[in-house]
Amino acid sequence: MTNAALLNGSKRLLLGTENGRTLSYGEHLDLHGPLQLPHHKGLGSWRAQLLQELETSGLTGKGGGGFSTAIKLGANSHGLRKPVMVVNIMEGEPAARKDSVLACFSPHLILDGAEVIATLVHAHSITVAIARDNPAAVASLERAVLERRGRRTSPFTISIATPPNRYVAGEESALAHWLDGQLALPTFRLHKPAKLPVGTRGAVIDNAETCADVALVARRGGAWFHQGGRNGAPGTTLVTISGAVEDDGVFEVPLGAPLSEIVALAGPSTTLTGFLLGGYGGTFVGPEALSAAYSPAGLKAIGGNVGAGVIIVLDQSVCPVAEVARITRWMANESAGQCGPCVFGLPALADEIETLAKSKGRRSDLMASIEHHLEAVDGRGACAHPDGVARMIRSALNVFRHDVDQHLAGRPCGAHGAQSVMNLPPNAEGLEWK
Amino acid sequence: MEMRLRVDPVACDGFGHCAELAPEFIALDEWGYPIIQLDVIPRELERVAEMAVNQCPRKALILEKVDRNPPASRRRGGTKR
Repeated sequence: MTNAALLNGSKRLLLGTENGRTLSYGEHLDLHGPLQLPHHKGLGSWRAQLLQELETSGLTGKGGGGFSTAIKLGANSHGLRKPVMVVNIMEGEPAARKDSVLACFSPHLILDGAEVIATLVHAHSITVAIARDNPAAVASLERAVLERRGRRTSPFTISIATPPNRYVAGEESALAHWLDGQLALPTFRLHKPAKLPVGTRGAVIDNAETCADVALVARRGGAWFHQGGRNGAPGTTLVTISGAVEDDGVFEVPLGAPLSEIVALAGPSTTLTGFLLGGYGGTFVGPEALSAAYSPAGLKAIGGNVGAGVIIVLDQSVCPVAEVARITRWMANESAGQCGPCVFGLPALADEIETLAKSKGRRSDLMASIEHHLEAVDGRGACAHPDGVARMIRSALNVFRHDVDQHLAGRPCGAHGAQSVMNLPPNAEGLEWK
Repeated sequence: MEMRLRVDPVACDGFGHCAELAPEFIALDEWGYPIIQLDVIPRELERVAEMAVNQCPRKALILEKVDRNPPASRRRGGTKR
């Protein structure tokens, strides 16, 4: 099935990006049409109308949390001091490229949405945060901001910030912390969602794809947006498919389409054994998940999550236990190093899963020890980094329990020692948090 | 009003004083970081909990009221997980 057939119509978020170059502001307006933001007069009714449309749209945040955008922005649309609107293009998840693709090819759709949200929440200004190892996205956004400056699209000044490219640096409290002039480290919050301070202001942080979705809702309305999805799920969404596939990349798909139809876009291996959904801190599911609807509700039913839109395909050419060991080690190296259970627990888990992968673990207590350490890290950090690792490992031990048993019995699978299909990047050198 | 004990994991350096002062409901994991074993601190142990909070060298323990009816602004937005 082609992408167009799956979408049952034209692309929305990636409209006009087929030829692989950045849409200029003029081209963007030709494709998507003008976007009129209200002036002082009519602001109140515009806000009420937009919140209503967002609610109708069913849009939920695309950064991983999956919380209702209408409720989040509604709660932020009144306050004593004007907040800073922050666009989150950190994309610290190595297997995700959707926000980068959107930023590189359709930056104005993101900025449109940022201006709409900034107007809605009475923002003081807009800050676009892009990881500093992503020069293509930074250049694209810088150019887009310059293009808009002459056009006076909105009263907001837009600045671009480039925090360090660490896995947890895009976590919202870490991002706000860095924008506030401190290190890009997650902070402990007694109550969530607490207002995240940046200087004397609060920050309203939204993922890049969420901003683009808001731009679509502001133009075409909530009902139109919702129609893009299937099986009751709202709108289209961006997924990054990688692993044992012929054609890895970012695809725009209807939310709620069966996972099988989505994965088919990338030409998956014929011997697939499972998927990692969401991201490195996501959930492994078996081949039976192919019939599930790819939506928050559909994946919840099989214990999964849309997360950051990551789909990694595993097949018989690789040892799933070895792949889990690689991810665990990588995630352990990405710990911010602040919370004891994460600092000590994740490397302990990585050691144990490596032992399991090498089948040297004829220790009867190996599984008990892994279980003990999963318990010791889950929910005991300031951010959800250790929770994600625990979730990923638990799901893998369940989905690949046959492989795990074979390893425990000293019979590693045939694919042991084979190459990884994960394409794990090296951990960034040194711990740079400034 | 029921009270509950929380750990600020960033501030905590695993000194372990809390577990010595309040062994009734604070255990240590294998690396020396506290595990709060009671969701709600019984009234008769509140004094002990307060002592643990006050004696923490990193000020990493927080004794807070269990709010059964949080204000709408707090209820919104998922709690953890």
